[in-house]
Parts: sequence; C-alpha cells; structure tokens
Amino acid sequence: MSIVETPTPKESKVLTAPSSPPRAQGLSLRLRSSLQQLLAFGSLIVLVVFFGVMNARFLLPGNLSDILLSTVVIGLLALGATFVIVTGGIDLSVGTGMSLCSVMVGVVLTYLGLPIWAGIVGGILMGAVIGAVNGFLISFLKIPPFIATLATMLVCQGMALVVSGTKPIYFTGTEGFANLALGKPIAGLVIPNAVFIFFGAAALAGVVMSKTLLGRYTFSIGSNEEATALSGINVRSWKLWIYTAAGAFTGLAGVIIAARLNSAQPGQGMGYELQAIAAVVIGGTSLAGGKGSIVGTVIGALIMSVLTNGLRVISVPQEWQNVAIGVVILVAVYLDMLRRKEAAK
Amino acid sequence: MTADQTPLLSVHGVEKSFPGVRALHNMHLDLRRGEVLALVGENGAGKSTLMKLLSGIYVPDEGTFELNGVAFTPAGPKHAQELGISIIHQEFNLMADLTVSQNIYIGREPRRFGMLSERALNRKTQDLFDRMSLKLDPRERCGDLTVAKQQMVEIAKALSHDSKVIIMDEPTAALNDAEVATLHELIRGFVSPETGVIYISHRMDELKQISQRVTVIRDGEYVDTVDTEKTSMQEVISLMVGRSISGDQRPPADAADRADDVVLSVEGLTTPSLLKSVSFALRRGEILGFAGLMGAGRTEVARALVGADKASFEHLKVNGADVQVPNPAVAAKLGIGYLSEDRKHLGLMLERDVKENIMLSSLVENSAGGFIKDAALRRTADEYARKLRIKTPSIRQLARNLSGGNQQKVVIAKWLVKDCDILIFDEPTRGIDVGAKDEIYKLLNELAGEGKAIIMISSELPEVLRLSHRIAVMCEGRITGFLNNAEATQENIMELATRRVSITTGAPTS
Repeated sequence: MSIVETPTPKESKVLTAPSSPPRAQGLSLRLRSSLQQLLAFGSLIVLVVFFGVMNARFLLPGNLSDILLSTVVIGLLALGATFVIVTGGIDLSVGTGMSLCSVMVGVVLTYLGLPIWAGIVGGILMGAVIGAVNGFLISFLKIPPFIATLATMLVCQGMALVVSGTKPIYFTGTEGFANLALGKPIAGLVIPNAVFIFFGAAALAGVVMSKTLLGRYTFSIGSNEEATALSGINVRSWKLWIYTAAGAFTGLAGVIIAARLNSAQPGQGMGYELQAIAAVVIGGTSLAGGKGSIVGTVIGALIMSVLTNGLRVISVPQEWQNVAIGVVILVAVYLDMLRRKEAAK
Repeated sequence: MTADQTPLLSVHGVEKSFPGVRALHNMHLDLRRGEVLALVGENGAGKSTLMKLLSGIYVPDEGTFELNGVAFTPAGPKHAQELGISIIHQEFNLMADLTVSQNIYIGREPRRFGMLSERALNRKTQDLFDRMSLKLDPRERCGDLTVAKQQMVEIAKALSHDSKVIIMDEPTAALNDAEVATLHELIRGFVSPETGVIYISHRMDELKQISQRVTVIRDGEYVDTVDTEKTSMQEVISLMVGRSISGDQRPPADAADRADDVVLSVEGLTTPSLLKSVSFALRRGEILGFAGLMGAGRTEVARALVGADKASFEHLKVNGADVQVPNPAVAAKLGIGYLSEDRKHLGLMLERDVKENIMLSSLVENSAGGFIKDAALRRTADEYARKLRIKTPSIRQLARNLSGGNQQKVVIAKWLVKDCDILIFDEPTRGIDVGAKDEIYKLLNELAGEGKAIIMISSELPEVLRLSHRIAVMCEGRITGFLNNAEATQENIMELATRRVSITTGAPTS
C-alpha cells in the first residue's frame, strides 16, 4: 500500500493547485496498472516454477515450446475478445467463427486452388465479416451482445458444416501450408512460426489498443457509452469497427489452426470462446468494460496453457484439469476484485 | 423544545482519516429533539463521510456517537436503521421494476400462509400514506414515478421503519418549487418531540424555510452552529467558504442587446412525446436561460438540438445555413456541445483520467492516420486544466476523484477544446457547492464575453436571473414566453412557467 500511495517526483511537477483528498490515488495510477500486470506475470512465474519443481520434464525446451504453441489459438481469440470485452460486450461466436474461417481457408486453397497468401487473406477477411455482422447486430439493431453472438455462434457452426459438406478439408494438396504454423523460423530453436505470429499479433493489438483512435474509443465506450456518444463520437460505427477488428483476430486464429492441423475441421471450435474469455478475465480485464490490457490477456492465455500442460505433466487426470482451471479463474478474479477494492479505499 | 435537554443525536470529537487524507477532524453535531438541523458545507467538507460514519459504513478512528444520551456504534446501514436512524441518499435505493409498496416493505413483506399477499402489502402502504397524507398509488411501478415522487417513496420507507432520526442528503436537488413545498410539509409532519431531521442542502433559501438551526462544516472540521432565524444566508455562506460571496447579481444590461449575430435559429422543434413547435434564436455572446418546471421540456430541447433524441424541425439553422443533426457526432462537427445535467452518467468517464475526459471529443483532430498523438493530448489537456482552474493534482487523476465543480469544468473543457461555439449547459451547477458555483458562473460569463453562444437550462431561478441575458420560459413542451433580464423577476418567470395551454396533451412526466 505504501508504495502505491507515494507520488512519483515526475508527476508532482504537474501539481497546479492545492490538492483535494484523493490525490494519492490519481498519482499512483500508472504505477498501479503496471503493478497489476506484474502480479499476473508473477503468478505465471510461480506456476512455471511450481510445475518445474514437481516434474523437471516440464521445463524441457520441447515442452515449453509445446506450451507456447498451445497458447497460440486461444491467445489469438482472446486478443480479439479483449477489445469486445473492454467495450462492455461479449463475443460467443469466436470459437465456431474460427472454424468457419478455417473452412474458408480450405475453400480458397483446396477447392479454388489459389495460392497460400490468398488463403490467409480469405480466412482473415471471413473473420472480419463475422465480426462486422456481430457489430451490426449489436450497434445498429441494438441486440444485446450475448444474444447476438449466441446466434452468430450457431450460424457459424452451421455454415462451417454446410460449406465443407460436414467433412474436414485437407490441405495435403497445398504444399508448405502447414509450415505457416509449424515451420521453425530460427535454426536450432524449437519454437515454431505460430508462436511468433501470435506475439506479433499481440504487439499489433497492443499498439492498436493504446495508440489509436479505435483503441481509445474502445475504452471510452466501455467506460461510459452514453457520455461518449454525447461527446460527439459516432459510437455506433466505432463499435462496428471494433467488432470487425476483433473478428480479424478470429480469422487469423482460423488460419493458424488450419495450418497447424493441416486441415479445416468444421465440427470443432465450440467451447474455444469460453476459454478465450477465461484468458481475458484471468488477465485482469473487467467484464463490466472500460478496463483491461493486451499484456494481461497474453499472460492470461499463457497461464491457461501452462496450467493445462503442467497438470498433464504432473499426471493429474484429465477430468481434474478442468476443475483446476475453473478454480484458478475464480481465484484470479476474486483476487483482482480484492485488489481493486483495496485500491479504491 | 422539550424539558429534556439531552440531544436526540450527538456526535462528539469524531476523527476519520483515510490513507494520506484527514477526512474529519474533531467533528461535532447536536440534533435536538423536534428540530430540523441543516448541515451545510462545500463539497468535500466531510458531509458524506459523516453520513457514512453514522450509517456504519465507515468506523470512526476516534470520537463517540450518542442517541438519546446513550453511546452507540452503528455496525452497518441495517443496524443504524434498527437504532432508528434512516439516511436518504441523493441516489435513491429503489428497484425501478418493483411497485411502490414492494419497495417500501422490501425484506418485510406481509405473508399469508407463507405466501406473499399483494393486497395486504398495498393496504399497509396505503395506511402509511394516509398517515403521511401523501397522495401516491402503492401499486405504481417506481421506475414510472417522477424524481420527486421517488423521493417521497424513500421518505415513506424511512417512516415505515419507525425512524427517530432521518438524515436527508440534498433532498431537493431535483425538485421544483411545488415539490419542495410538499417535501417540507412531509418533514414538518414527521418532526415531533421524539424525532428530528438532519437536512443537508446547498439551497440556501430552503434552509430558511425548513430548519431551526444550521451547522456549518468546512474542510472536515466543525465551524459553527447558528440559529436560522437570527442569521442571514449570506453569513452562512461566508462561514461555509470562509469568505463572503456576492448575492444577487445581474448581467450588465447592455449585454442584452448584443449585435443581431444569430448563430442558432430553431423553428418548429417538435418531438413525438413532449415538445410542441419550439422556436427561438440564439445570438453570439449571449446567454439564453431556459426556465421552467421539471418536465417542461427544457432538457428535451437540448437533447433534440444535439441529435441525441428523435425530433423534427421546421428549420434549424447554424450560422445561417440549414442543417440537420441526426446524432451528436454531427452536432459536434457543427460546433454544438451539450453538457448534460447528469454529469456522472452522461458527461464523464469516471474511471478514466482528466486528460482523457477533456480530450475525448477531440481525438480525431489530435491523431494522424488513426494514431493518437499523446504528447499533443497532454499538452492541450494541461493547458485547459490551467485555463479553467481545474483543481486536480495532475491531469492523470481519475475523474471520479474530482469534486462536482471540477468535474463540471472538465466537461466544459472538453467542449472548449473541441472549439464549440454553441454550448448548451443543462443544470450547470447541480450538486456543486456555493464556492464552486461562483467559479462556474464566472466561467460562463467569460465564455459569453469571448463570443460563445450559450443556452443555460436551470431550475434555480436566482441562477437564471443572475446569468441570462434573455430568458425563455417553458411549460409543458412549449415556450410560453421570453423575458429580457431587466424585466424578469422570479414572479413573472413562475407565472409563465405555470401558464398551461388549454389544449391538453400527452401527460408529460418527470
């Protein structure tokens, strides 16, 4: 507490007037938000050390690389979900939307026989279109996000099955596509392409969130949608764009999962949306909107995959793994609430 | 009052500190039996901290509370309630979708054979209302009631608990004069040799009407308690702010006939629910006051002008050009800024900092290729924070932590940064203490002096008279008259405000 309340010398220069009671809180704002990320990061480290101590195999480079790889898809979905959740919305369609996007990649590459870049663009565009539809339903037709995306979740699942004829589409005819996810860009390093793509996407999302109009309006809509509208910001169209941007991340996830499996699996995807939301929430983003960070989401996604992998490595039966993850979500959210309450005092 | 001189409620030497802040220091307060004690102080003086201590939300660091001479420590709002202390907060604790009687007896519902009995409930409520001589339907949905009636429901709820002490925080902030009179009747009816009321208000004229004594606090410390009858309100105000404040001022008469530089002309503004053919013109450098009773349609005019609600115009001209305002974004582009009466819900992002709030409307101008220029944002926000004398340790302070007056300045700064020439102020000083009010008044005058055209909606007639060059008075969705400041008085404004038009229309509520 005492660290948090100390004004930094840099900020006290801005003092313009005799302060009123709450000064200490405001000054420590920056400190506090970095503290939050530090805490999340700290718990990630604790988990890694714990599993490492329990079973040294956990720390083998191959296993660590596996963890990173298994973070990628949920992580990409969670990046998009962060935008949506910071606006105070929710997106249930990202899991099945991802499947539809990977089927789209299959259509472009296998059915149409176009080059790989066209498949990537097609997948991402498909995601953007799904996002735009969500955005339209939510901001123009005013359907609550939960209902709108519940509907598009089902539509996406159905469409993925319809387009693919309910059968997986294989990319065995498109040479090198699997490399997009599994190729090793750096000789001697076991980390595959997909991991670099994920961190690249996260960096992009971070920049968009903190440095662009889209990101700023995402926060302002989540903080107070009506005040934002009355401030002369076209909230309806910005929301459409925010959902579209989030959809593009879903599209990228679809491309990556297709490359990783070297096939488009139309039946999968259901349930991924909840894992993505869990990663966002563990990362400290508030479901009430207005608060959150991309760094937090990346850490949240890593915590999820470290847990899944670690529990398997220390031989916790599959059926107990979900129990553990559920408990972790509760603990993470509750601790976050406690911390916020403490800070608000 | 009574022979028994033990105060009903007393507060002795109460101290309360929060990390880094001393909120209350050596606080005193005595509520006598059968009296209405006014508690006044600027925002941040410690009134709400004191209330939270009395209701057991906070625990005092030092000091004692006594009820009828017996020391007590409230453990929480429910415990305080059981002790006979009811607090009516500015923000009501009512469930909009429940009926009046469901709200009043929540948690204490009468049952028959274990089942809820709506009839018994409503009868009980009706009995209560009869005792209070309150005309209210127990079966009405609370969300459908006007603010004034919701206030009555809160008071009825307190009475139903058999409270001895009722503490009211700004009970009249949203009421018109007629409603204030009804409220005061209720309070007088409640006060008996067994009971008392602590009445927190910013409206000085009301204290004269309702209270016997006034306790003044400043900066968390007790200042003085004075007999209302023997004290002028000017004295109370100077005790509050520690300096004297000019009372009845009027804008210079010559300001009224400024150049015929009409920047906004509205003709035939009509909305489906309320407004009927509202027409007026606004000139550069003019403050046009909008007076009227609650529900007369003043806020609706403002919201229609910025495209926040659906409305139709015969003509709407900005700087002589015909325009349409389908949404607030277009209005902002035309240079029309609206400062809502409801700052917390419609004006500010409380959880974001001062800088972001000030710059929210002007991000596009401060960005390149979609990227925000943060340095420029900081510079501009800092400049305006200084210019408007916003009291904040830094522009990174959360808006939530500013006082009402400074929050209002943040919203004003937002529109000044946007370079709006037409500013619509809706209740610019609601919930703002006397000292800060003065500053807002000064600011409005300065803005008009710089050539901004200002519409100012206010329910406080002295405020309207003090600031407006011209006054448009509304009643039931129509403008019933314009007055120049020189000819306007509280009386002729009230007369226009109650001049009902013979054609009855859809009942305007709230």
